[in-house]
Amino acid sequence: MPGSLKFHQSALGKKVIMAASGIVLFGFVLVHMLGNLKLYQGAEKLNTYAEWLREMGAPLLPHNGAIWLMRVGLLVAVLVHVVSAYQVTRLSQRARPLNYKARQTLQATYASRTMRWGGVIILLFVIYHLAHLTWGSVHPAFIPGDVYSNVVAGFRVWWVSAFYVVAQMALGFHLYHGLWSMFQTLGVTAGDDRDWRRKFAVAFALLITLGNLSFPIAVLTGFVS
Amino acid sequence: MRLTLQIWRQKNADDTGGFSSYDVDASPDMSFLEMLDVLNETLTEAGEDPVAFEHDCREGICGSCCLMIDGRAHGPEPGTATCQLHMRKFEDGDTIRIEPWRSAAFPVLKDLVVDRVGLDRIVQAGGFISINTGSAPDANLIPVPRDKAELAMDAAACIGCGACVAQCPNGAAQLFAAAKVSHLALLPQGQPERDQRVLRMVEEMESAFGSCTNFAECEVACPKEISIEFIARMNRDYVSARLRRG
Repeated sequence: MPGSLKFHQSALGKKVIMAASGIVLFGFVLVHMLGNLKLYQGAEKLNTYAEWLREMGAPLLPHNGAIWLMRVGLLVAVLVHVVSAYQVTRLSQRARPLNYKARQTLQATYASRTMRWGGVIILLFVIYHLAHLTWGSVHPAFIPGDVYSNVVAGFRVWWVSAFYVVAQMALGFHLYHGLWSMFQTLGVTAGDDRDWRRKFAVAFALLITLGNLSFPIAVLTGFVS
Repeated sequence: MRLTLQIWRQKNADDTGGFSSYDVDASPDMSFLEMLDVLNETLTEAGEDPVAFEHDCREGICGSCCLMIDGRAHGPEPGTATCQLHMRKFEDGDTIRIEPWRSAAFPVLKDLVVDRVGLDRIVQAGGFISINTGSAPDANLIPVPRDKAELAMDAAACIGCGACVAQCPNGAAQLFAAAKVSHLALLPQGQPERDQRVLRMVEEMESAFGSCTNFAECEVACPKEISIEFIARMNRDYVSARLRRG
């Protein structure tokens, strides 16, 4: 069997694939949050930025060319991330057919224990988020191209904003454990300062979560209107 | 001190098993295994079947005394095997639940005794160096940097008890395999077979155990307090071995 296939078939290989696709998705959520900060610069800046995303790479790439390349890349990353997660989860479930009557958690973090269901919540959120602000199919007043007004009108519905807040917290926990696990899986040892990998994970998970949480809160409090 | 024990009893590998409750009088100075010895003496005198549990050296180095005590491998004392755990860590009147290691790779043979041959298979797959036997080589013939020697010793402290597997919510044997892979990978003698060792040991590990999700429960359960840093080392070794050998 060729080495690459053996690698893919091993659980350890699947975890490396999860780490690699996780890095792609981490890069995406980071850039996505930074791009959305343009919400604070007003309607014109945000809408121009959104239009630029579609024009990126011109005249080398056609209209919408770059954005579709990225979408395909992200879709592949999501697929291999989810499939690998499912496969290693099944392996672990088979390894412990009968559980303990008494169970203690010694140091596993909340984030590590909610990785699987947190991932499912994030996936469902992403589907809703696309229907809400990309396709506009579940949006009360969707105007194609007017990102600013779509965001403001969308977040004014309090329960929609509440769902966004919950989903972003789930994303924050998932990112924290995911980023820390990435170092472990890719074999980046901590050396003398055992904590730097945790600090890195906390910093980026917090940065992305706080940035994302600010958008619905800014709309609901009337800071952005 | 008077204790109530909820102990898993199972006649043999085919029996479904269940918990039985026992009252026992113990001294705070007894070790956990001595407390079980007292219980077994009472059971034997009453004509009942004593509780089967594994033990050998009783000084924390053989790795036989595998008990899940109140949901924690080897009980409440950190860095301590069950045999070195003393009853003074418990309170008078406590109820203690004692279970065998739970893993598909560790079938229960009787009561609290499990078959841990799955760990031996991982070592058989590559946890050794191939050398010609003969007279003992000169000490210090092969220089080993001090920091590497220390790290290798930290990994080699593994006694193969299986607490890592028992505590892991995934039933993964990553810490055990990582310790065995790393202690040889850190030393010059381990280099010639380094790649094939990690590839074979990981393959054997994955055939019987779960997959690590970095809960890091193993590190706390380990009576030798082996660091999960070794798991990162094994992962790195595995990926580079695959890249080199295809």
